[in-house]
Amino acid sequence: MTVTPFTPIASLLGGALIGLSAVLLMWATGRIAGVSGIAARLFPPYEDGELAGRLAFVVGLVAAPVLVRLATGGLPEQTIAAGVPVLIVAGLLTGFGSVWGSGCTSGHGVCGLSRLSVRSLVATVTFMAAGMATVFVMRHWS
Amino acid sequence: MAILVQFAIGLIFGLGLIVSGMSNPAKVLNFLDVGGIPAGTWDASLAFVMAGAIAVTFFGFKRVLRLARPFFSARFYVPTRTDIDPRVVAGPAIFGIGWGMAGFCPGPALTALGFGSTSAFIFVAAMCAGMVLARFVSHLPSLTRFVTPADPLET
Repeated sequence: MTVTPFTPIASLLGGALIGLSAVLLMWATGRIAGVSGIAARLFPPYEDGELAGRLAFVVGLVAAPVLVRLATGGLPEQTIAAGVPVLIVAGLLTGFGSVWGSGCTSGHGVCGLSRLSVRSLVATVTFMAAGMATVFVMRHWS
Repeated sequence: MAILVQFAIGLIFGLGLIVSGMSNPAKVLNFLDVGGIPAGTWDASLAFVMAGAIAVTFFGFKRVLRLARPFFSARFYVPTRTDIDPRVVAGPAIFGIGWGMAGFCPGPALTALGFGSTSAFIFVAAMCAGMVLARFVSHLPSLTRFVTPADPLET
């Protein structure tokens, strides 16, 4: 494992930017900024006519590091320890689970908790606990 | 115009993920690693990301939802369900296992694509397959009789 420094100020500021984005999306489109829902609806079946806007949001997400690299000449550290088989299984579970439970860290964690939704609280506690249990098993049981 | 604004909003989200350090799966995994607390390798940063995001969203939503309607849309689509059904537990449990395996949730995984990482590309491809599968299974007529539908407004 890679030891990472604790960054309370940067994380608080970055979190505030994520919050700003969620508020702006509600202001602009009237919808929850839930990345799993937005990403899943890039694929059929299409239930409303808002594909272009969702695609633009996702392109913005992907473009952010490109912009940072252009502006600062570099990017912060990114360490992906998982190998290909783990990435594939983890990706399938993440995609399936977040859509099955109608939300991920953004939709339930940020937006749902901000709305004081009990469903989102249950979801957030569940994925936090499952994530912690998984890391515990993978790091400390082997 | 609405498209350009949604691009900018996605960009702000992505910048937030990068500034907060959440574009690095190692930081996420070190937060989830509560077993690392005694050794001093636990990284509490993710809790600060959530706190910053929720503080802004909590007050921001209150203000925005007082408006008559969104700027580019006819009405607000705010979730209304309050019941705790099996899906809202099973889904996050499955998602949490995937999250703990690689350290990616959907937002940071998409932003990681812009880092040019092959690993992120593999993860996102599998994630999209999982998402399509979940929506396909949800729409199966044999299943809709037994399982309550997901709330389309929550995400």
